[in-house]
Parts: sequence; C-alpha cells; structure tokens
Amino acid sequence: MEGSSEEIGNNYYEAQGTSLIQFDSWQIQNINRSGKSSIRKVVFHNMKPIDTLYLDSTAKPTSELYKSLIDLDVMELPGQLDIFEPELYNCDELFASTGALVYVIDSQDEYLASIENLLHIINYVYALNKNINVEVLIHKMDGSSEDFKMDTQRDIRSRITTELANYGSEEILVNFHVTSIFDHTIYEAFSKIVQRLIIEYGALENICDMLMEATSLDKVYLFDINSKIYIATDSSANSLQTYEACAEFIDVNTDLIGLYEEDDNETEDVNGYEPTKGGEDTGENSALALRTTRCFSELQNGTALVYYKAIRGLGLVAIVRTNGDFQTCKPVIDHNLLMFKRALERIWERERIEPSYE
Amino acid sequence: MSMSKKVLLMGRSCSGKSSMRSMIFSNYNPFETRMLGPTIDIEHSNLKFLSSMTLNLWDCGGQTGFMENYLGGNGGKENPNVFKKTEVLIYVFDVESRELNADIDTFRRVLKNLAKYSPDVTIFTLVHKMDLVQAPKRKDVFDVMCGRVDAVASSFNMSAVCFPTSIWDESLYKAWSKIVCSLIPNLKKFQETLEKLNTVFEAKEIILLEKTTALVIASTTMERNSDGTPRIYGRKKLDKERFGKISTLIKTHKQCCNKLRTNFTSYVVHGPTTSTYIDVLTPTVYIMVVKSSRDDETGAYIDEQAIVMDNIEYAKKVFQKII
Ligand SMILES: Nc1nc2c(ncn2[C@@H]2O[C@H](COP(=O)(O)OP(=O)(O)OP(=O)(O)O)[C@@H](O)[C@H]2O)c(=O)[nH]1
Ligand SMILES: Nc1nc2c(ncn2[C@@H]2O[C@H](COP(=O)(O)OP(=O)(O)O)[C@@H](O)[C@H]2O)c(=O)[nH]1
Ligand SMILES: [Mg+2]
Repeated sequence: MEGSSEEIGNNYYEAQGTSLIQFDSWQIQNINRSGKSSIRKVVFHNMKPIDTLYLDSTAKPTSELYKSLIDLDVMELPGQLDIFEPELYNCDELFASTGALVYVIDSQDEYLASIENLLHIINYVYALNKNINVEVLIHKMDGSSEDFKMDTQRDIRSRITTELANYGSEEILVNFHVTSIFDHTIYEAFSKIVQRLIIEYGALENICDMLMEATSLDKVYLFDINSKIYIATDSSANSLQTYEACAEFIDVNTDLIGLYEEDDNETEDVNGYEPTKGGEDTGENSALALRTTRCFSELQNGTALVYYKAIRGLGLVAIVRTNGDFQTCKPVIDHNLLMFKRALERIWERERIEPSYE
Repeated sequence: MSMSKKVLLMGRSCSGKSSMRSMIFSNYNPFETRMLGPTIDIEHSNLKFLSSMTLNLWDCGGQTGFMENYLGGNGGKENPNVFKKTEVLIYVFDVESRELNADIDTFRRVLKNLAKYSPDVTIFTLVHKMDLVQAPKRKDVFDVMCGRVDAVASSFNMSAVCFPTSIWDESLYKAWSKIVCSLIPNLKKFQETLEKLNTVFEAKEIILLEKTTALVIASTTMERNSDGTPRIYGRKKLDKERFGKISTLIKTHKQCCNKLRTNFTSYVVHGPTTSTYIDVLTPTVYIMVVKSSRDDETGAYIDEQAIVMDNIEYAKKVFQKII
C-alpha cells in the first residue's frame, strides 16, 4: 500500500507527490520564540500546550513527513538561520517545490522586524515559485482582549498589504490567521492551510454535501485523526464550537477504545484501507461496516454525534438530526457512511496515480 | 429520607481545594481553575449525590487569618461549629509548599479539634499538584509525605488515607472516587447487585458512575469463566488507572456536549475488539458495560448492541429499587 517507509530527514524535496508546508520565521538578533516548534508539536505530535514551555530552541531545519489523504512534508526553519545560508540547505530548490509558506508572527512581541523580514522572504520566494500559498499566523492571541485582537490583526494585515503594493507585488495573495496553541484556532488555521493544498478539495466538499442531504446531518467533518486538522467539511456555516466538540469527540473515542483493546497491534481496523470493491451493498459489505471503529452518542437536543473511522488515518464526525429516535436513523447512517468511505477510497486511488503537486 | 454528610475540605491557601471542587462538582476544566480567586472564609455547598444523599461540603479558605479563626490561634478559642458532626476530612497538601513543617503543624491542630468534636471522622489527605514534581521523584516525595501524615494521625489514634493527586491527570478522580465511596452507606448492595447482573451481561467489565461528578462508585470485572477457569482477554492487562481515566473521559465528553449546548443520554463506542456502552441507569447514575466483540462459528461479526440495550433496560429496573 505505502510505497516507501516514512522518510524523516533532509531529502524532503525528493519525496514524490508530497506537498510541502514550511514554517518560517527569520527574525533579527535571534529573537526566535515566536512559537513555531510549539505549533508543530501541538498540531502534529499531540503535545499538551502547557508542555511547550519546556521546548528547546530549534537550531537546524527539521523536516517530518505525515501521511494522510495527501502526504504532508512539514518543515520547520529556525529563526536564527540566515535565509540564504547555502551550506545548510538548498533554499532555491526547496522553495520551488513548496506548497505553502507558513510564517509565524508573535503578536505579543514587537513585530515590525518580523514583518520586514516576511516581506523580504515573500519577494524572494515568489520569484522562484508563483504557486506558493503564503499563510501568515498572527500568533499567541490567547488572553488578549477582543479589541486588541482586532487592532493587531488589522495593523499587521494593512502593513503587509501596503508594503507588498509598494514593492509592486500586490498580486501575491497572503492569507491571515489569528491563532493560539491554547485553543482550537491553531487547528482551524492549519485545516484551511492544508485544504488549500488538496487538489481534490472540491470533490471532497461535494461528497460531504451529498452526505448531508442524504442523511439529514447538521454538520460533517472529515478529520485527520492524529492532528485534528479537518481535510474537508460541508459547505454550511462552520462554528468553532462545533469544530471543537467534534474534534474532542475523536479523542475521547480513541482513548476509551484504547483502555480495553486487547492487542496493541490490532488497533488498526480489520479493513484498514482495504478497498471495498463494487458499488452494491452486499451482505458482506454491511458486515464489513460493522467491524469499522464507530461511535455514537445520543444527545438531549434531538441530535447525535457519530464517528466513523475511514481510510488512511482519516475519520468522519457528523452531527445527525435524529428527532429523538436514533435507532431508526442508524441503518441509514451506517449505509451512507459506508458509501462515503468508498467514495474516499476512489479519490485516494486516483490521487495515488497522479501526484497532487505540480 | 435524605442523609446529609458533612465534608471538611482544608489545607493551606492556594493548595488547590477550590480547583478540585470546581472540577469534580461543577464541570470546570483544569484551565478554568486559574480564574478562581482565594476562598473567603468558608464556602458551603450542598451537593446532591445519588438520590438519597447530600454532600455538605465546607471549602475552608486557607489563608492564615481564616485558619487561625477556625483553630483558635492568637489566644482565641477554636470554632466548634467548623469541626462538629464531620464525617470526612479532606486535607490538601501542596507539594510545592516551602513551609511543610508549618503545614504539618496546622494539620496536627486540625486533627486535635476533630478528635475532640468528631472522633469518628474519616481522614483523607491529598498530596496535591504532583504534576509539578518530576516523574521519577514522585514516588519518593509521596512516601515521605505519607510518613509524616501517618505519624501525626497515629498520635491521635487515628488513621489517614493518602493519595497523590493533580488536576492535570486522572489521579484526582481516583482519589475522590475513594473518598465519596466511603460515604455511601449501601455501597455493598450496589456491588453485589452488579456482580449478580454480570451473570446476565457476561461483560468484561461493568462500572457504575455518579452522573454529575462521573466518579466511579462500583465496578465488577469478569476475571473467571463460569467454570472457575481464569478468563483470558488477549495479551494486554487491564490498565490499573482506568477508572480515573474513564471519569476524565466522561467529563471531557460532557464538556464537548456542553459546547453544543446539550448533554448526552447514551454513548456507544465500537472498537476493533471491544464495544463499550454507556447509558443512564437511574437519574443519578450512569452504567458502563464493556463487552468483547464476538464472531459466530462462520467468523461473522455478531452485533450485540440490541441484546446489551435490553440487558441495560433490565438493570434499570433492578437498580431503581436500591438507589
Ligand atoms: N500545577 C498544578 N496547579 C494546580 C493544581 N491544582 C490547582 N492548581 C492551581 O492552584 C491555584 C490555586 O487553587 P485554588 O483552588 O484557588 O486554591 P485554594 O486551596 O482553594 O486556596 P484558598 O481558597 O485560598 O484556600 C489555581 O491557579 C489552580 O489552577 C495541580 O494539581 N497542579
Ligand atoms: N501565550 C502563548 N504562548 C505560546 C503560544 N505558542 C507558543 N507559545 C510559547 O512561546 C514560547 C516559544 O515557543 P517555541 O515554539 O520554542 O518558538 P520557536 O523558537 O519559534 O520555535 C514557548 O514558551 C511557548 O510555550 C501561544 O499560542 N500563546
Ligand atoms: Mg479556595
């Protein structure tokens, strides 16, 4: 199934079909505590936000590969590095193949120098790669008042766009995200960032919408189970509260299952990502659906939270309208979610043949 | 015929008393405890626990001025109302405290008053904020504290049960579950009924949890087959800390439902080799049933959900009479 084993090392740009995300923050005088490592640890390694207090400063570029529906090569470039220091890495080649450049600005700190630096990088990188997505995280926005948040965001945004215009590079599109590792804004931001890298995003959103209609759902998310980034959701309004509830539901399910599972090596589903061939719902397939990790919680307000494990470390969480009678809805949900899983498998099959980048 | 049980919660200021109380009884998460201010004098709360019991919790502000008021320092006289009719004392030590000797001395004075006004009191001491001690040192730190607590308690011919706790992990729930169980009069009855029920369920484990606090109040584990042979469940041993973890998980699930402005009425989790069913047993108790997945002779998966649900309905009738 998986072509090569996980590659964590410096040959990031050799991995085929991967999208590169980079965290960048070059700041003068080694002021480099903007939160890059913390973000990487919290989002991709499930570290508790509080434990990031003890992180050591990152000295050299780190690169990690995450396999999900698309493969993500996440690379962190430390702040005190000189961007153009050639012996450490080949930055031209690197930027030419990068899908997104994520730049972290510490909103609690003096940020003018960071902005200066960012503009410098954008102009450099853009000359090499016109398809790169520039994503700016206005970070450490916890504990600030709403007014401060609005003002800082407006200030940073306008400085960057004005400066880009001054350079004559106003066609460069920069996306802004207000984030903190202490709440779900960081996941929300990364979800958006990753979604922009998925060529099939439109198709995924479509099948989510179809599922919504067929099953009377209030909301559906396709999550990367490990990181809680959502790869896709339906097109209805998305509230942070709903997202948080759904993301936490996955964790509780996983932990509860972990307490009683009998063999560690059996935690992968029996039908992991074995493609279920054929369109008709044969008896065999519904038996297969029953073996999938799946969780339901009926709620007092006439809805239910539903979780289904899908392929490739992905999981589906939906809020179903049950009108208080979950048992009647259940067969329909089971059936539709199985269909959803198949659609995903087909997208994945296609994706593997044609790498998503370039 | 509701019983009221008085519980004293004491310890130096900032040791974490109100934090625990808010997490256990008011669904706070650990982050939210940072917003708590110091408790002024004594905060009383009456908490309904199971249908027939009220916990009358006295959260005693720990600043020196208040402590001296209760204990009668500076030449004054102690306040007997604080100590009278106490069923349980929960004394909280802050592991980070720099004045351990003073803390132990205050503990001694509290016991002295209890020996006078409530000699039958049950004593629990919590060595709290254990998360702040490096993992390899935790056991030693805890043992030293237990030794000192024991010495004080035995000087009054009393005994104290010690727990290491932290609001950042399941140890908090483990300790409070033991504390609360010591107050439930018909606990034995629950336990026996549960064991009898499991001859019907044939579950790997059945657990009863109090609904608002998610504290485990009874459990039964199927360790032997009906013919007396040990029952084998795969290679993995059951996690010893699982009850505390389950309480934490149920609390998290509640908070997650809170975000959707509602609460849950049932929760079913099917994993690769086990299924867990959580349901409302009585208005104040959740039941949690853990079953191993089974295949029939042809290797086909057996969906037991309907059967388990029926069994839970039966259990509801049985427990209605005793809780
Ligand atoms: N690291 C850590 N901090 C904790 C723990 N428990 C509580 N705290 C923190 O300790 C602080 C003080 O907690 P309180 O519960 O208000 O203390 P208190 O004992 O009620 O203090 P008084 O009301 O003045 O007697 C809060 O900021 C909590 O977040 C713990 O287990 N670990
Ligand atoms: N308040 C707050 N602190 C944060 C946040 N993210 C990171 N930090 C803190 O910022 C410090 C520096 O983070 P680090 O990841 O090492 O920065 P790096 O040098 O850019 O990789 C750490 O002490 C983190 O705990 C955040 O969202 N809010
Ligand atoms: Mg207090």
